[in-house]
Amino acid sequence: MTNNAVISVTNLVKKFGSFTANDNLNFEVYEGEIFGFLGANGAGKTTALRILSGLSSPTSGEVIVAGYNAKKDPEKIKKNIGYMCQKFSLYEDLTIRENIMLYGGIYGMPKSLIKKRTEDLLEKLNFREYSNRMISDLPLGLKQKLAFSVAVFHEPRIVFLDEPTGGVDPITRRQFWEMIYETADRGITVFVTTHYMDEAEYCDRISIMSEGRIVALDTPEALKKQYEAKSVEEVFIKIARPKP
Amino acid sequence: MKRFLGFVKKEFLHIFRDFRTMIILFGIPTAQILIFGFVVSTDIKDARVAFLDLSKDEITQKISDKICSSGFFRRVDDLQNYNEIDKAMKKGIVKAVIVFGDNFGHDLINQGKATMSIIADGSEPNTATLITNYITAIVTDFNRKLAGTPVTGNILVQPEVRMFYNPELKGHFMFVPGVITLILILICALMTSITITREKEFGTMEVLLVSPLKPVHIIVGKVLPYFILSFIDVIMILVLSWFVFDLPIRGSLILLLAETMLYILMSLSLGILISTVSKTMQQAIFISFLGLMLPTILLSGFIFPIENMPEAYNWVSAILPPRYFIVIIKNIMIKGTGFMYVWKETLILLIMTTLFIGLSVRNFKLRLE
Repeated sequence: MTNNAVISVTNLVKKFGSFTANDNLNFEVYEGEIFGFLGANGAGKTTALRILSGLSSPTSGEVIVAGYNAKKDPEKIKKNIGYMCQKFSLYEDLTIRENIMLYGGIYGMPKSLIKKRTEDLLEKLNFREYSNRMISDLPLGLKQKLAFSVAVFHEPRIVFLDEPTGGVDPITRRQFWEMIYETADRGITVFVTTHYMDEAEYCDRISIMSEGRIVALDTPEALKKQYEAKSVEEVFIKIARPKP
Repeated sequence: MKRFLGFVKKEFLHIFRDFRTMIILFGIPTAQILIFGFVVSTDIKDARVAFLDLSKDEITQKISDKICSSGFFRRVDDLQNYNEIDKAMKKGIVKAVIVFGDNFGHDLINQGKATMSIIADGSEPNTATLITNYITAIVTDFNRKLAGTPVTGNILVQPEVRMFYNPELKGHFMFVPGVITLILILICALMTSITITREKEFGTMEVLLVSPLKPVHIIVGKVLPYFILSFIDVIMILVLSWFVFDLPIRGSLILLLAETMLYILMSLSLGILISTVSKTMQQAIFISFLGLMLPTILLSGFIFPIENMPEAYNWVSAILPPRYFIVIIKNIMIKGTGFMYVWKETLILLIMTTLFIGLSVRNFKLRLE
């Protein structure tokens, strides 16, 4: 982890009509960092994530992702990020190998590189003998791991994970987080949203959103100290509870 | 480009690996062509007819009046010579032409019998048969009245029936264009709306949108295989009809295929439009079936003649693209007419396609925001 900001957000505002989904967000995410993006449902996380990944344009403010402006160059951002969403994102009726090759192709990787990395990946995940199986035959845990591997297959600078471990058993979640650490060690920034507070403890830094604003941003330890809480969960409940 | 091709390849894999999709693509058209041998009979009302009266005497006047006052026919034109018959029919204005030769009344009185001709548009065999049957019945009634008059004794008017375009009145001629119209709507609109909403429902659309693929590539990549496969379908149907039913294509094959491509494009853009307004596959199927399939079967003139519909249905029918394609394809395949006779319908399809694409793009942008 370095102090090079790979995402930098200044005064980000996103409005839908009269509703303000993101109200003046300011934060930076550093290269190689695991950044937890927390918040209750409806707090504005998804909106912010869509802006960061070039899907949606900010109403005002400056958003720089991987060196590109989200308003002017969303297409260039897209080339430099990976994305895994809460819904399972591989094609059930394609084989493991076909899925990997497809995404490699979509990201414009040269064929020889796709081939080499595919073999490496199959080796690493011990999937070699299953490589011609349909995705629909795999258990959910393996699917999620594969989806993550595919999201970083083109070696993006940042990978966005939107509730990646929903519905997965604790053991697989553990293994999944090992993969996240390993990815961050390679210098890929991990930007993750989650509802599991134990996962938040694994992050280098976390931000907590409530009603469109970032209400807390620091390392899990610092936040716990500041709010005199034993766990991130307690911190979260103290500050992120929507007002009735 | 390479990205795009990889994406298209994936789409083909989806299609070829799904048994149900393959059945819809290739099983249903074959079955429909082979099974749809029967046609639904219907009634006629206010069928437009023209008269070619070369005799212009009292008796021809009487017969014409009797036909027109029956309530089944409406006189829309009076022709001057035989050459005009073909023209009037090709324009599609008249369903039948009634011809009285020279000296009709003279012959009837002097020789005790005269022959009139009823020429009907056989490209719609049902209607044609009904029209000729009705006219024959009216003339028979006229004969009976003639026989009743004391002066003339046993004299007769003999109606002679001729079919234009489809002399043997083969029913298949009518439903082959109908099946092509229906199948193309089914494959292009229904299937594309399903395949796009499927990506949305499974969450893969998100991943594609975040990827460097442009939205236009995603959409074109998804519909391109259906464009190719439905075009193959049309050729399959034409070849099948030719081998099994000896159905000839009277007009230009190139014009027919070009019009078909336009119609496929229209259906695809309709499918995309449906996918932009539906969140789930079920919704897409529902809209396609209720909004497209049923109206196409019932109101496009595929089975029930449009002229018999109540006014309100006729208006609904007017906004259905298949209605115009059926006219185009019937004209080209069965009547053998050229572009001059179908340019209006072609223009309507073209406008509809543009409209649907425009609306889809707008909806898509709204959704992304």
